[in-house]
Amino acid sequence: MAALSLTVNGQSYSFDVDPTTPLLYVLMDDLQLNGPKFGCGLMQCGACTVLLDGQPIRSCTRPMSAAAGHSITTIEGLGTPDNPHPLQTAFIEEQAAQCAFCISGVMLYGKTYVDTHPGATEQQIAQGLPSNLLCRCYTHVRMLKALARYAQEVQP
Amino acid sequence: MMRKSRSEGLRQPTLTPDAAAALERAGFSRRNFLKGTGALIVTFSVADCSRAPSSGSTSQVSRLDVPLDQVDSWIAIAQDESVTGYTGKCEFGQGFRTVQYQLIADEMYVPLDRITLIVCDTALTPDQGTTSGSQSHPTEFGPNGLRQALATAREALFRLAADQLGVTVDELSVQDGVIFVAADPTQRVSYGQLVGGQQFNLTVDRAARPKDPREYTVLGTSVPRYEIPDKVTGQFEYVQSVRLPGMRHGKVVRPPFVGASVVSVDETSVQNLPGNVQVVVINDFIGVVADGQWQAARAAAALRVNWSAGVTLPNQADLYNYMRTQPSRDSLTVLSDDVDQRFGEAVNVISATYKTPYQKHGSIGSSAAVADVQGTGPNGRATIYSATQGVYPQRDSVARVLGIPMQNVRVIFLEGSGCYGLNGADTVSFDAALLSQAVGAPVRVQLTRKDEMAWGENYGPAYVIDLRAGLNDQGQIIVWDYEAWTLSKGNRPTAAAPGNIITGALVGFPTPPLVPGSADPPTSYSNNGNSDSSYGAGCVQGRCGGTGNIESERVLTHTIASPFFTGPLRSPGRLQNTFANESFIDEVAALVGADPIEYRLRHLSDPRLINVLKAGAKASGWQTRPSPNAPDGSTIATGRGVACVLYEGNNGYSALVAEVQVNRSTGQVVVTRMVAAQDSGPVSNPDGLRNQMEGGALQGMSRCLREEVTWDNQQITSIDWNRYPVFHFGESIPVVETVLLNRLDVPQMGAGECIITVAAPAIANAIFDATGARVRQVPFTPARVLAALQGT
Repeated sequence: MAALSLTVNGQSYSFDVDPTTPLLYVLMDDLQLNGPKFGCGLMQCGACTVLLDGQPIRSCTRPMSAAAGHSITTIEGLGTPDNPHPLQTAFIEEQAAQCAFCISGVMLYGKTYVDTHPGATEQQIAQGLPSNLLCRCYTHVRMLKALARYAQEVQP
Repeated sequence: MMRKSRSEGLRQPTLTPDAAAALERAGFSRRNFLKGTGALIVTFSVADCSRAPSSGSTSQVSRLDVPLDQVDSWIAIAQDESVTGYTGKCEFGQGFRTVQYQLIADEMYVPLDRITLIVCDTALTPDQGTTSGSQSHPTEFGPNGLRQALATAREALFRLAADQLGVTVDELSVQDGVIFVAADPTQRVSYGQLVGGQQFNLTVDRAARPKDPREYTVLGTSVPRYEIPDKVTGQFEYVQSVRLPGMRHGKVVRPPFVGASVVSVDETSVQNLPGNVQVVVINDFIGVVADGQWQAARAAAALRVNWSAGVTLPNQADLYNYMRTQPSRDSLTVLSDDVDQRFGEAVNVISATYKTPYQKHGSIGSSAAVADVQGTGPNGRATIYSATQGVYPQRDSVARVLGIPMQNVRVIFLEGSGCYGLNGADTVSFDAALLSQAVGAPVRVQLTRKDEMAWGENYGPAYVIDLRAGLNDQGQIIVWDYEAWTLSKGNRPTAAAPGNIITGALVGFPTPPLVPGSADPPTSYSNNGNSDSSYGAGCVQGRCGGTGNIESERVLTHTIASPFFTGPLRSPGRLQNTFANESFIDEVAALVGADPIEYRLRHLSDPRLINVLKAGAKASGWQTRPSPNAPDGSTIATGRGVACVLYEGNNGYSALVAEVQVNRSTGQVVVTRMVAAQDSGPVSNPDGLRNQMEGGALQGMSRCLREEVTWDNQQITSIDWNRYPVFHFGESIPVVETVLLNRLDVPQMGAGECIITVAAPAIANAIFDATGARVRQVPFTPARVLAALQGT
């Protein structure tokens, strides 16, 4: 066990955990966050995605020892139902979800792509996202519309 | 095996402070609620439950008094004018929760924000079986569903108002839950004033008249889904996010081989691991419980178990031949007397064989459940948080597994990861319940990806289907012969058969064996499984119920014992059958040189199926000509294909046009456009229906291009997303267009499983149109497409 520090959604924490513990379990169980989710534990689906220092990573396989000292943002950190981030507003406007279990990966990889490719089209975004990113309800049509809507709002 | 037991007492979930306060506001005392004398009005969430104080709470277990025929089982009106609905149809992301809000708002003439809907909880909601089979709309809008109870309640409120205001019912009108005299709106009385806090004590009246769909003001509009803001901001509480005080974490240790049994378990292998690890072994069921999730995962991986050898599995490469040679249970959908005679008369006979493999649900989140089980025997009690499709069937089966009375089991539904049928939700609920009972604490179990894919789900079964048609000299089909082989093991769990799912079987409950037997001739026509094609007249004992005009048919299905657990997977059987039937009609059309849509229309009789097919064709810009398209010599060939079906023979008319590009060098298929048309009667929520159609089209594309369960001689090998490839992000997606035929003069039908049913044949037919190569085996991998190309 070791005391490991972490900033999550702007707040600083210290955790006394086994340093091999994946970041996801600390977010889910210690911080009781519902945004990042366990999908495969293999970096194959993206349900556990969070931003680490602004870049999307898979929290299911990132040990706390390698996350400590960094700043983590989950989809909870983007906005709230009452004060959503423009990306979240775009997903609500497009009704871009079915079960939405995958949503952290689609939103955070999507945000990262669009923020660096303002004005990107749906097809550009579709092909710009990683291939180890899944939505098994196949809500792709709306998710890409939502990301393209957000892309229109990102200033080049 | 039990080494350590925690004595921390956990309360049963009961009314939360929020719920109690809501009741007080609504004019109820909690005592009245618990005694069952007041109307049942509860608002709660699991998060609230976890904050509820344990002192003074009264255990709330299953209500055995939620009769379907009582209005109070479905609706309660409070003094503050709030309306609470109760439903046994759950939300899985398909949007039906929102539709039920719309139904209550429309039928009761109340604003949406005044409504609370309680969904799928054996302590609170009526037993409506499972949420499955695209039956939510037909059920809730049917004579035994929510709508009829609401209509009864509204008519009762009008009678009460008429008495109070001294007028007749005909003189009254209603707006926003206030009934008033139409000629003098100052004479008014609200629902809350009439019945707030009281029970209706009314039997649902079959003669009560629900609102005409042409008068709907809330249904028929795209009310945004209730839960999407919470889902996209990480606030939504899935079953995976349930956290109870004192909750521990469990993991299961499944057999390495199909049919393997526990010989011994070496507990010393985990004794030095942190987290107060406990090992639970019940027959072939093994689990570990630890304080933390990572600790449980490490212990499960470290536990040394000596397993017996398993069974030898059928050779996957030879599966479809194997299926034809096994003892089978047979069933006939149609058996005309003149099939042989008609084949004798036919001037042309064509035949083909179609194969669809075992496929997975592959919900993106592995299945999870939380159980709080206290005690065994007659005094045992349990609360299960589950993403099951059927809270009542799970209550009954879990009670059997735990050996406690079913009335002491409460199953509370919470949405899990996408549900497309009998995925791991029930089996993991058994896992959590068994581990909780063994360790005496609430336990959360989430399966690993491998457990989910190899030992969690009941797969959709493989099919091999032989089709044969006889044509007359006009090119018209005069006789149709369908013979299919499929496999079955287990099904939904019941009290009689907990062994229908994996954990039930591992713990020692037998899986009912498949009993071979020949088929009796059918006594009535049901095309529930879509084994009969859309072109069959479906004539049984002189009555014809099909959607087509081929009067001479034999439709025979053989079911054999499956080595793997099977069960309903989105469009169960119908997807496999429709792939065969809708591919075959295309083959016949090509043989006679007819346009695929024109040839279908020649054999269709049902006007709604004809309409939906024409609507899809028109929206796609279909150009009438035979398939295949004339080759233009380029490497990338383009084509279009179509398929249509009346789902389950009575539950949603669908047509789909697919456009593809086929790389002749690589066999790679890219679907570029899909145009889906749907007639399911009155459209409750247009945007929600489009969402289902879009998802169905793309999920159907993934299933037919990529998805196949694989195994070696001992075990499942498709145990992660690399070994069970699916359509993903990072590749181009087709344009998906939807056409809604909003019919207000007919009953509501289902829609969730319709478009996925026609995706595989539309794409196979498009591949044929592009190349002249016919793919008859799912998935249409580049290797199979190349092989078909080389055969042309």
